[in-house]
Amino acid sequence: MSKLATMAEAVARYVPDGASVAIGTALEPAIPFAAGHEIIRQQRRDLTLIGPISDSLFDQLIGGGCVARVCAAWVGNVSEGLGHCYRRATEQSQPRPLQVHDYSNFSISLALWAAAWGSPYIPTRTLLGSDILRTNPDLNLRDGSVQVRPVRPDVTILHAQRADAEGRAHLWGPLGLSEEAGLAASHAIVCCEELVTPEVILSDPNRVLLPETKVVAVVHEPGGTHPAPLQGFWRRDHSHYREYAARSRTAQGFQEWLEEWVLAVSDRREYMTKVDTAGLRVRRHLHSAPVDYGDE
Amino acid sequence: MATSEYTPQELMVAVAAREIRDGELVFVGMRLPILAYGVARSTHAPHARALYELGLMRDRPPTGFLGTMGDPPNVTGAIWATRMSNVMALLAQGKVDLGFIGGAEVDRFGNLNTSYIGDPARPATKLPGSGGGADIAIMAKRWVTLMSHERRRLVDRVGYVTSPGHGDGAGWRVRNGLTGGGPAAIVTTLAVLRFPAGGGEAYMASIHPGVAVDEVLQRTGWELKVADNLRVTPEPTAEELAHMRRLDPEGFWTRSR
Repeated sequence: MSKLATMAEAVARYVPDGASVAIGTALEPAIPFAAGHEIIRQQRRDLTLIGPISDSLFDQLIGGGCVARVCAAWVGNVSEGLGHCYRRATEQSQPRPLQVHDYSNFSISLALWAAAWGSPYIPTRTLLGSDILRTNPDLNLRDGSVQVRPVRPDVTILHAQRADAEGRAHLWGPLGLSEEAGLAASHAIVCCEELVTPEVILSDPNRVLLPETKVVAVVHEPGGTHPAPLQGFWRRDHSHYREYAARSRTAQGFQEWLEEWVLAVSDRREYMTKVDTAGLRVRRHLHSAPVDYGDE
Repeated sequence: MATSEYTPQELMVAVAAREIRDGELVFVGMRLPILAYGVARSTHAPHARALYELGLMRDRPPTGFLGTMGDPPNVTGAIWATRMSNVMALLAQGKVDLGFIGGAEVDRFGNLNTSYIGDPARPATKLPGSGGGADIAIMAKRWVTLMSHERRRLVDRVGYVTSPGHGDGAGWRVRNGLTGGGPAAIVTTLAVLRFPAGGGEAYMASIHPGVAVDEVLQRTGWELKVADNLRVTPEPTAEELAHMRRLDPEGFWTRSR
């Protein structure tokens, strides 16, 4: 069954107000910025964002007024430093108050694994002695270890290099916590750089990220990770992050940036006409050797 | 073969590189430590290996510039591309010899704050958070932090412990069940601070060339002890500078912006 949808349809259907959304789960690469921008355009409200380090995407969603709570290890702009919208929200409640549940990278991964495995909690030694235990109610010190409670996203949004219309995706390069976020979620939206036939995907089933039963929508969205990189396709657009950091320093500067790059843009296709695609596209291709799945 | 033509950040990279011993497994992190690993691997530590928390292990450093650990050139030539929890498994087993952690604030016991300045419920400044910092601080055999030497950053006690160092002094880590050895050094723009064996309070072990002891003391937020045998930090060698400039030709990380 084909699950193909446009980004506007996928967000309208599967990211309602109040939803908990895991996005940017591979850390710095493969971040579904296009999905985040569509969420802002559709003016979603009261979302809970779940992720490790989603570079500046969380900052943009917070500045766009979409977010009530963040469960994350790090929110900012990886190569530039602080997240200015994140600061305005936590320090001044602008554009609205924001609740923060701090994690470390390992503990947010464990929280998603706990949900993926149906465990009431996962015990760990990480975060012993950290004040994160004091400010995050979902982490408890008991009998000398830390109990990490499950974090269950309503929807996890991923961007893969290729997928078929059924939602079977091949993602390569570092995965971060994409697998546990996908398994933990009620639903997954798969965005992809290339839409391919099932034969291509099934030629290498070890590389399929998630069971198709988790996937509710497939969005063919070339360039959907910009300015984040995607192995084999796109380099990181460092100057875009730097410009965002400078312009988002004030609330007004952020609004102007948002107007230019999100609100006045109808979709990712139009967005990509504003990007230096020739300069950012990966030119040196390095293909892995095929593997033999021979059976008789 | 020392040269006086280098930035404070380049000196910090050289110092950080020398913290890496040959054959060690290093949790690299971001920014200056990315360059430090490249320098170490290309000079005195040819058998070191690097871990990156998003799910990568490398032996050779990448050939080009990295804005983040997730830039495509960091995957090219990787000896393991995987999920974060697999990398964290090695950390949790105590297999990581050395980690690097960035910080906004550090205190006399090496505790790091990268979360909140002021009341967490209504912070004066919200910092980005732990990332992998707390995990490294708790479970790596030893770790090093790099920081600009300012009185507002090197404080008596941090208001919020994101990544624990030696807590309130010697023995605190063992009492609280922390499995790693804690901070080994604080590398700043002015000096290198170290800790006594078994933990405790940081002291100045070496001072960078051309810096006065009084300046370090004035720019430290507690009464900093000075080693009896205080040394001058060796300058970066021409070879070390050549390697870090090859990895960062425009000085993205090592020149003031």
